[in-house]
Amino acid sequence: MELAGWQVSGKIDYDKLIDKFGCQRLDQSLIDRVHRLTGRPPHVFLRRGVFFAHRDFNEILDAYERGDKFYLYTGRGPSSEALHLGHLVPFMFTKYLQDAFKVPLVIQLTDDEKCMWKTLSVEESQRLARENAKDIIACGFDVTRTFIFSDFDYVGGAFYKNMVRVAKCVTYNKVVGIFGFTGEDHIGKVSFPPVQAVPSFPSSFPHLFSGKENLRCLIPCAIDQDPYFRMTRDVAPRIGYHKPALIESSFFPALQGDTGKMSASDPNSAIYVTDTPKEIKDKINRYAFTGGQDTKEKQMLYGANLEVDIPVKYLSFFLDDDAELDYIKQEYGSGRMLTFDVKKQLIEVLTELVERHKRARAAVTDEMVDAFMAVRPLPSMFS
Amino acid sequence: MGYTREQLLAHLQELRINFTKYDHPVVLTVEAQAKYVGDVGSALSKNLFLKDKKHRYYIISALPETKVDLKVLSQRLGLGKGGLRMAPEEALGEILQVPLGCVTPFALANESARNVSLILDQGFKSQESCIFHPLANDTSISLQAKDLNKYLMSIGREPAYVDLEANPRVGKDQPPDLAALVPSESIDLPDSTEKIGSLESLPQHHIPADPKPKEVKAKPTKAPAKVEKAKDKSLVGSIPPVPFSDAGQFVEEILDKTSALLLAEITGDSIKQHGEQLGSVVSKTIRKHLSAELKNLAVMFKNTAYTEGFSAGIHYQPKRV
Repeated sequence: MELAGWQVSGKIDYDKLIDKFGCQRLDQSLIDRVHRLTGRPPHVFLRRGVFFAHRDFNEILDAYERGDKFYLYTGRGPSSEALHLGHLVPFMFTKYLQDAFKVPLVIQLTDDEKCMWKTLSVEESQRLARENAKDIIACGFDVTRTFIFSDFDYVGGAFYKNMVRVAKCVTYNKVVGIFGFTGEDHIGKVSFPPVQAVPSFPSSFPHLFSGKENLRCLIPCAIDQDPYFRMTRDVAPRIGYHKPALIESSFFPALQGDTGKMSASDPNSAIYVTDTPKEIKDKINRYAFTGGQDTKEKQMLYGANLEVDIPVKYLSFFLDDDAELDYIKQEYGSGRMLTFDVKKQLIEVLTELVERHKRARAAVTDEMVDAFMAVRPLPSMFS
Repeated sequence: MGYTREQLLAHLQELRINFTKYDHPVVLTVEAQAKYVGDVGSALSKNLFLKDKKHRYYIISALPETKVDLKVLSQRLGLGKGGLRMAPEEALGEILQVPLGCVTPFALANESARNVSLILDQGFKSQESCIFHPLANDTSISLQAKDLNKYLMSIGREPAYVDLEANPRVGKDQPPDLAALVPSESIDLPDSTEKIGSLESLPQHHIPADPKPKEVKAKPTKAPAKVEKAKDKSLVGSIPPVPFSDAGQFVEEILDKTSALLLAEITGDSIKQHGEQLGSVVSKTIRKHLSAELKNLAVMFKNTAYTEGFSAGIHYQPKRV
């Protein structure tokens, strides 16, 4: 959901944001702790500071160390068929968390939200939800540990009971403050927030977590969702539930850099999971904003401005090898490497990623989506 | 004889339609066209010439930024999924009597195109004026949508404006919403060897073996012919099937990848470099590079097996007692 007054434009000062929101920095000691507890190298997004802020993540880790597991909750608003790499980032990270901690995951597809906020019919948003589910599954989630649900399918029963419990704790004025509703907004929007809040509570999923009312929840999300989940954390203790913990990411930059905004209607602002190798190559070569100098001579003299260079930023997301990335930053920053070479490297990395995704996506059948979305027990979800 | 640009322009004048004519070098793509007439204050158009499996033809004329999904359109027309393809090159000359890169609503003036269906982007209606090729690649004309309508009516065609980005559900209870736009007759293209004499003469500016006008997503350029194949790649269904339900194939895939990496790593140089340690070096490399990928393959294998079990489970018939 988008929040009141939230404009993403220009360079973002993440330190200010953390101060303003009151969440915490994910520092190196936490990352090392994750490394220790999971016995595997921390995910590239942790190492590179993509996921950089949190609330109560250390409590999750404390509980985990004691033998108390947790579950993951993330979601997607299926507003379009075309997913781009920025959309994949939270899912890639969530998959890592699922594998590293061996915990279950619920994924909410807010088809009702998109139906209400966009000009989509109920049927169309349901269709998009299923299509998006395929791309999500293609990220490699384990079906024995993952429950995907769409609001139109699942709201009701215990889930709805929690929605009412939450709704009773949030005044109209409060949601106006958070989401900026006006008298002109329809009542569907006003009553939507609890739908996105209650997956944080295990009792919303009796077929999964009955008997485990104390189970904690960790929510990987983008930092712009923080004000929203603050509302949920505020309500939780009042209805006797644990506050969900958050682990938050920075924004995925648009191809055109800080001045550009990634938009589903501008195909050149992002790399899509359906792009062909040629399209990826063209987009990076033509539209990626670079910090390289105008001419080869200048480049060798001054080096590239790594602060604004998009190819390097993208590589820091998707190039796993720390040593390789450092080398590129050094050479490019000092001018010994040209923009062309960095772009070439990026094109290779992205093409491999996208092709791999396409292959995985091709293997996702409608039956598989049905299986992921079936209300069924997950007996081995913690093993 | 194929309708010419001059005839078209004369006709427009007869109808007292105001248009502005721009001459420029031959252009084959919207992008190239934009260089010359991109900022005259008129909306450019991208024009696709399509055909379905029953040899019926369609012109889709849209704003460049409108997303045109052939799969969706195909369903909305009632042609099923994947029923629409780009029309072959010969069809351009035979039916529309225009050269490559010159698909335009005006081509419907030709007798040979009388059964071609024209679908217009409703986005045109909100533009002040729009630009089309007047049957030639080295000219563009801009005119108001209502004047385009006037022209189309004058040649006996009802203009059909459609929200091309809409994606309504098509199913048992929801008939394809654009079914009425499917031509009532198909057009049989004679064999290329027989075409001499039986049809109107070929257009003046025939440019062979060049990019087909084509879009699937909202791109401002018409991509080269290779994109036809590439477009298929982006249609997920046509990626070569992956061996996720066959254990044998699955193992072969793993061994193929491992072997390939192994062979790549064991070279004269690497043997010299590492000597006896080469084994453990290569082993580490294999783990580093393949671990994530193979794990992903394994997850998909597991998910596929589970799905098959799940399917069996929901269709399970309990024993009769």
